[in-house]
Amino acid sequence: MLEIKNLHASVEGTEILHGINLKVGTGEVHAIMGPNGSGKSTLAQVLAGHPAYEVTAGQVLYDGKDVLDMAPEERAQAGIFMAFQYPVEIRGITNAYFLRSAVNAVRKARGEPEYDPIDFLDVLDEKLKAIGWDDSFSNRAVNEGFSGGEKKRNEILQMAVLEPKLAILDETDSGLDIDALKTVADAVNKLRGPQRSIVLVTHYQRLLNYIVPDHVHVLADGRIVRSGRKELALELEDKGYDWLRPQEAVAG
Amino acid sequence: MTAVAQREPKTDPAVTRLVAEYESAAASLSTRSPSWVRELRERGIRRFAEAGFPSTKDEWWRFTSVEPIARGRFVEASERLPDVSAAVREVAVGDPGSLVAVFVNGRFAPQASSLDRVPTGVTVGGLAAALESHPEVVRRYLGQVADIEANPFTALNMAFFRDGAFVHVARNVVVEQPIQLVFVSSANGQPTVSHPRNLVVFEEGAQASLVEQYLGSGGVSWTNVVSELVLGENAVVDAYRVQREREDAFHTATSQSRHGRSSVYSSVVFAFGSRLSRHDITATLDGEGAECTLNGLSVLRGEQHVDHHTTLEHAKPHCPSWEVFNGVFDDRSRGVFTGRIIVRPGAQRTDSKQTNNNLLLSEEARADSQPQLEIYADDVKCTHGATLGPIDSKALFYLRSRGLDLEAARNLLTYGFGAEVLNSVSVEPLREQLDTLLQRRLEEGARKRSAAG
Repeated sequence: MLEIKNLHASVEGTEILHGINLKVGTGEVHAIMGPNGSGKSTLAQVLAGHPAYEVTAGQVLYDGKDVLDMAPEERAQAGIFMAFQYPVEIRGITNAYFLRSAVNAVRKARGEPEYDPIDFLDVLDEKLKAIGWDDSFSNRAVNEGFSGGEKKRNEILQMAVLEPKLAILDETDSGLDIDALKTVADAVNKLRGPQRSIVLVTHYQRLLNYIVPDHVHVLADGRIVRSGRKELALELEDKGYDWLRPQEAVAG
Repeated sequence: MTAVAQREPKTDPAVTRLVAEYESAAASLSTRSPSWVRELRERGIRRFAEAGFPSTKDEWWRFTSVEPIARGRFVEASERLPDVSAAVREVAVGDPGSLVAVFVNGRFAPQASSLDRVPTGVTVGGLAAALESHPEVVRRYLGQVADIEANPFTALNMAFFRDGAFVHVARNVVVEQPIQLVFVSSANGQPTVSHPRNLVVFEEGAQASLVEQYLGSGGVSWTNVVSELVLGENAVVDAYRVQREREDAFHTATSQSRHGRSSVYSSVVFAFGSRLSRHDITATLDGEGAECTLNGLSVLRGEQHVDHHTTLEHAKPHCPSWEVFNGVFDDRSRGVFTGRIIVRPGAQRTDSKQTNNNLLLSEEARADSQPQLEIYADDVKCTHGATLGPIDSKALFYLRSRGLDLEAARNLLTYGFGAEVLNSVSVEPLREQLDTLLQRRLEEGARKRSAAG
């Protein structure tokens, strides 16, 4: 599904990612953990195509195609989704209108018929039911006046509606209290499936108690310094990140 | 130093000419008017002669030069009313037979109006006629709400007005249909001027929606309108004003209102038209617990210039007010917003929130925002905020990451600026009409941009 080869990326001339290698198979859930400043969010932004990041070397293959030359919207249309760490407020546009615009943009690009407003309400209703949420967001302006937890939930709602093949969740757990975390994790678990790969970018092991990953990777100073099964997360919870740094120094 | 700054009312030929015009028109202006109206006119022209045209040296006119108006030669629009029914049909909303009063060059045009089904307790028509039919109400309020000291154009209107709208809703009367006032400035050959004068009175407990629309036909016109609005205790009114004049028109306007105890007023003003428009909106919350919302949206392009000058005066305690003005400026257009909030001594528990957001679609577009809080009470909450700039790149990336291409993302964000204000219109057919107008405007802009590469 996703194969990252020797990815180097910079922002404003400073290299943040120093050669990332990662393979995510179809239907797998991978967690990428790491301390602040390790490059986790940069990796997520680069995968989504943020124009502020410059890829200086490497390849990102998605379904065998290199996505680095694709515009952000082309990646979305191809089935890549990133849940933002800091979702953006859109004044004057209701969530329902926004979701329909997004779904229709994707459908149009794939040559599928677009939904009219009435049909879309049914689609939205069905997605909400699937993740067990109500429609209280639908007629509010996108993220405007939303609490931190509501913004994160709204990202997951977009994921549910857009049905990506690859979802990258960038610190979707940060800033959430335990109830909100359970609500979000529960919805993400409902969206897991054999055709959908998920990359969880997180600072905290706590999320992984609720969304159990198949693989865990540790990112430090722009490199993946350790990979393992879900037990690695527990080890990190126990020992912190510091014990991994010397090894990184050796590897580097 | 520019000629603008040097204008002295006494020696300004434009002022001298208007005073002379007033003197020669005085007889015709006042045929059949009672003496107190003549006195109002005299006060108006005296004030205008003293103040002259505002210059950019005046604090409240820093960003708006009215030189094209002062320099222009405008003749009073002729008394012969052209047929405007097609133009009116295009903007009137609701079923045929709804309440629509039409004014051409400031004069009531009964034949173009649709007033067969005016409910009991409601009067909609011309102000000149109301001087005879409702002398007490007109005398009580005409010239009493709008302040001629605050703006020379208000004074000029008082000197020159011939007619305008008169709306009166009696105590506790609830009007289901919106009351629509359509003003058409119609020029033919020469640039023309008109001074519509509107008086709108909602008595205690009255409830209604008011829709004012301003449009133009024919040629260059200058509309200098003054609207006075009175809300009695507990009156509930939502008012919409759409300025969609020709893009070569001039529009100067004063809307001043007095709000009684526990009244609820919600207003949205739209500026789409005119080359140069200035609108002074002043609301005085003169009774405890009066609620007031003043929203506005400007969507300009080309060389258009708009100046919204708002004053919210909290004169009594426990009044909440909200103000959201958004502007979308393309090409070399320019928007000015002034938001004064005055809290008088004793107006405790005032809760006032003001926002002004400006979206600049071109590098040559410009917006100026001036909030001004004047607070003379100690237990109050006043907040204001302003934004200014091009489309937010973070928001663009967010939308693109959801599958919208660059142009669709730009259009959606731009539309949102308008929709935020548009969504506060509760007369649904009007909201739809303006939504279509907004979308068409933005599409035209986007098409021009993509053609230019």
